[in-house]
Amino acid sequence: MLTSGTAKVTLPTDEQILIMREFDAPRHLVWEAWTNPELVKRWWHANRGEVTLVEIDLRVGGKWRYVMVADGGFEVGFHGEYREIVPGEKLVSTETYEGLPEDVSEEDGTTVNTATFTEADGRTTVTLLVQAPNKVSRDAIIASGMEDGLQDALDLLEQVAVSLR
Amino acid sequence: MARAATTADAFNAVAEPRRRQILDVLAGGERPVNDLVAELGLAQPQVSKHLRVLREVGVVDVREEGRQRLYRVNGRALKPIHDWVKGYERMWSERFDQLDAVLQELKDKEGDGNAD
Repeated sequence: MLTSGTAKVTLPTDEQILIMREFDAPRHLVWEAWTNPELVKRWWHANRGEVTLVEIDLRVGGKWRYVMVADGGFEVGFHGEYREIVPGEKLVSTETYEGLPEDVSEEDGTTVNTATFTEADGRTTVTLLVQAPNKVSRDAIIASGMEDGLQDALDLLEQVAVSLR
Repeated sequence: MARAATTADAFNAVAEPRRRQILDVLAGGERPVNDLVAELGLAQPQVSKHLRVLREVGVVDVREEGRQRLYRVNGRALKPIHDWVKGYERMWSERFDQLDAVLQELKDKEGDGNAD
């Protein structure tokens, strides 16, 4: 069950992450917020810092780059290339994390992300499928969001059922 | 926290989709193997093999009751996995909460435009 307010993250295969969320807005507006650099700056930070750069060259083969200065002061950057664009419906792009350790190849640090936007009754469901090159890379991406989750004191058994669904 | 040291256990055990299905069923309560066979539509040897892996890493516990062996989820062993995905999920939730605010503004703007 998808509820507005919580992103639902599942792991369909060893190399994938699937993120889903419903928004109370029609599809064309979600697309606008997703692809307009000034608007991306306002939501992509996830309350973890400030987005200092958003470049979007929205055409097949065009490049994108996002840079954020996290609250701890360190800078993180991501960049990639658009592979497929169906305006308002689907956006396929590569994504490379720029802070990779030196012994990790660019290939291992690159995912292919497919964002799809579907509208029903004026609401839009975004599904973002992150396809990593292998399980190690996939797991590293998930771990990157972890520091925040460690302090949780959640009712475990209730949550287990949800997180594994 | 680095989780590299723990990937050999529970993380790998639940990477297999069938084993996640087994955990889903067991999350609803203790079950004998026959129930799992029926729910998953797998042959019993396969289910038993998956259960063995899950038991080896401590994610599933078993106890004897009469002639039956009853399997159940060990929540404590699953906690690291739960935390692991949950932190990532929270990041996206917070990101999308911000997106909600942006969308509300776009909707308001569009509403104004239509009214003119």
